[in-house]
Amino acid sequence: MKKLGVIINPVAGMGGRVGLKGSDGIEILNKAREMGARPESPQRAVEALKIIAGIKEQITVLAYPEEMGANECLKAGLSPEVIGNIKSGATSPEDTMEAARQMADREVDLILFAGGDGTARNIYTAIGSGIPVLGIPAGVKIHSAVYAINPRSAGEVARLYLQNQVLDLREAEVMDIDEEAFREGRVNARLYGYLKVPVERRVQSVKSGARSEQAEVEGMAADIINNMEADTIYIIGPGTTTRSIMDQLGLKNTLLGVDVVLNRELAANDVGEDQLFKLVDRHQGGSRIVVTAIGGQGHVFGRGNQQISPRVIRRVGKNNIIVAASRDKLVALQPHPLLVDTGDPDLDQELSGYVRVVTGWEDSIMYRVSNDAD
Amino acid sequence: MAKKKLLRNNYHQARWDEPIIFEMSVPGERGVLVPRACETITGQVGDGVSAIPAGLRRKKAPALPEVNQMRVNRHYYHLSQETLGTDVTLGISEGTCTMKYSPKIQEHMAARHPGIVNVHPLQDPETMQGMLEIYYKVEQFLKEISGMDAFSLQPGGGAHAVYGNASIIRAYHRARGDKNRTEIITTMFSHPCDAATPNTAGFKVITLMPDESGYPDLEAMKAALSNRTAGIMITNPEDTGIYNPRIEEYVKAAHAVGALCSYDQANANGMLGIHRAREADFDLVHFNLHKTFSAPHGCMGPATGAIGVKEFLQPYLPVPRVEFDGQKYTLNYNYPESIGKVRTYIGNANVVLKAYMWIMQLGAEGLKEAAICSVLNNQYFMKKIAAIPGVVIWYAKGKRRLEQVRYSWEKLKQDTGVGTDEVNKRIVDFGIEHYWTSHHPWVVPEPFTLEPCDSYNKEDLDEYVEALSQISKEAYENADFLKKAPHKAACHRPTHDAIDDPNLIAVTWRQYLKKKGKGRQ
Repeated sequence: MKKLGVIINPVAGMGGRVGLKGSDGIEILNKAREMGARPESPQRAVEALKIIAGIKEQITVLAYPEEMGANECLKAGLSPEVIGNIKSGATSPEDTMEAARQMADREVDLILFAGGDGTARNIYTAIGSGIPVLGIPAGVKIHSAVYAINPRSAGEVARLYLQNQVLDLREAEVMDIDEEAFREGRVNARLYGYLKVPVERRVQSVKSGARSEQAEVEGMAADIINNMEADTIYIIGPGTTTRSIMDQLGLKNTLLGVDVVLNRELAANDVGEDQLFKLVDRHQGGSRIVVTAIGGQGHVFGRGNQQISPRVIRRVGKNNIIVAASRDKLVALQPHPLLVDTGDPDLDQELSGYVRVVTGWEDSIMYRVSNDAD
Repeated sequence: MAKKKLLRNNYHQARWDEPIIFEMSVPGERGVLVPRACETITGQVGDGVSAIPAGLRRKKAPALPEVNQMRVNRHYYHLSQETLGTDVTLGISEGTCTMKYSPKIQEHMAARHPGIVNVHPLQDPETMQGMLEIYYKVEQFLKEISGMDAFSLQPGGGAHAVYGNASIIRAYHRARGDKNRTEIITTMFSHPCDAATPNTAGFKVITLMPDESGYPDLEAMKAALSNRTAGIMITNPEDTGIYNPRIEEYVKAAHAVGALCSYDQANANGMLGIHRAREADFDLVHFNLHKTFSAPHGCMGPATGAIGVKEFLQPYLPVPRVEFDGQKYTLNYNYPESIGKVRTYIGNANVVLKAYMWIMQLGAEGLKEAAICSVLNNQYFMKKIAAIPGVVIWYAKGKRRLEQVRYSWEKLKQDTGVGTDEVNKRIVDFGIEHYWTSHHPWVVPEPFTLEPCDSYNKEDLDEYVEALSQISKEAYENADFLKKAPHKAACHRPTHDAIDDPNLIAVTWRQYLKKKGKGRQ
């Protein structure tokens, strides 16, 4: 029998409706409450859990106490085994982390959690990427790609996964932004890591000849390597898509950082902005930047890869940027454009327009890039 | 008058629980006992086996199933009853496939007429003038229908024809010494072979996404065009059914950088007598005789993808070319710049024959009427389908579609959790075959693509609409019932996992035994 763990961040989403751009930190929470904010997550979690209740005889459910899962499970018609202890009304990120740890110890098959970027980050920090998870979107900030589109979809995918009908797991970005900076109007998003998320596979008939995403990504990496020019610096941005280039070259990769390749050899691992600029600036030959779309909103620059700063991008040149992504990733983004938010509005403007995204071996898609998320 | 009952609520498919024919094998059982040759014959030719070189002779008899004739007959009848073939169901389901009715006389002629079945492709052309005349005339018809200057009927399918066109584009640029033209541009809603075959022919492929109106993004195309562009390969209307009225602008932009333009008109059912590739200034075109021209389409063949080109590309067409000097029809191989032979003999002659018969039966006016009927049917049908709760139509709001529509169950999925896969599993419970969802990837979520071409009458369309309305109602009232569908079909929810897993997939009995660990037979 499959085992599902349920964790709910009971205060997720509180800051959003009252314009506080996040709910991390006790002071902000209290302020939100004063402004009349109500948590979004309980009701959204119930919506997802109701779908899972349809297969309650086939699974066992573990939930954290009271408003961190047990209440919502009961409301949805599930009878969970309640584990752990909390101080009701005064829960904290430590509770989320402890819940994840305990569920990992109990070897659950899937953790379904409701929250925002902070919640995803807490879970990642606590247990890493060993256990598949899926997020019910309920937070103010959703930059991470570990969330379903909506609560219903989270419930459906979780149900299918628990019934062994979804077998594909995708590594999805866990990202979080500095809320304080955000409130001051600056977005400073960091890529914290990757969690394994079940993806609903759309069953295709044989005629369509659907290729697996993995095969596409490998083809894409081979294509980029095949076109690599001698004595040219290749700045390889973070992410699982670009990782495949390093894997194929047999080079050590920094999943969350920026690596540099020259003549198909490693020139530097996990470089910072300053080091990167100096490398490019002092190099006699040409240079290229290889990046992919990071996070749920499809940022090419400005989320998780801030090392590749405006001055680095300008030094390399707009025409020397290679964007790589799988077809599935681009289609999932539709109809929204890829985004750039380098922190330099003029540069963002210059980078806007159309980019030829490498999607496979000698295969690419023209895609729109915008400096405006709307 | 009481409303006529159209929906087959009490339909039930036969389920024979049929074994694989190898499992029916009984050692020693035979279908036909062939008499031994008499001495007069063996005296002349020996035993008939020893003449074969020893190295070519089997040491062991092939492991064929041993089943008598009656049981074989019964077996295949059972299997046929467990399918929903074109002749028993509504082919409206197969959007993009143009599953029109093909008059039986065409099949009869192709399968039985001695003047057809007794022709061998290796005969001297002088002794098959009738067949060559049919080829020649079909070429003349297609020239008129498309406005192009020359045709080849060699390719054995639509994608094969597109590969042929990609090869012609390559040959043209090479002949001009233009070696830098390595890129082909296509669109997301064109048939995937418009990307895959040029890729196979050695081109880099650039795909355009649809813009907000559902047309291929023209600005993106302009950004992609350069002196590296060899050609564009584009469908119109695309899979969405939206006709692109600005198609000439795409052609103009491509011609401006020296690229060729290839029109994928595999499905030209809404176009006959109305719109021609020539007038849109395309350089190459292809038709699927097995779709638009009633050959018919299905079961992976036989098929014919007819390639048409403008005069300046004529030297590159496949050989042999069927020619007529006013007296005699000949096969001409003497085209040194040709991309060569793309198919054995002269292609699928029986398909060309059926297309010839269909065109001759309808005439020019009839062809145009077929196109008008297919578009008219689609207007009526789309209005009815769009009114079904849960259905949405992406792009180009308020605009008509031509002969097919890519619909979406996106809203049904949001409202009820029932998506296109569930609806598709349920529809067979009403005796209607599974519908075509979409090519990969699913840009339109929860897609289904329907094409009520020229053959269907109002009752057929209404029956289909009733089936989908009923399923939508069920989704809103009892979603779980649909998640367990089908309830009345021969086969329930087979999994597709094996298709992606080389360790599981077995397309022969021998592979099956091997992978199941039962050893070789």
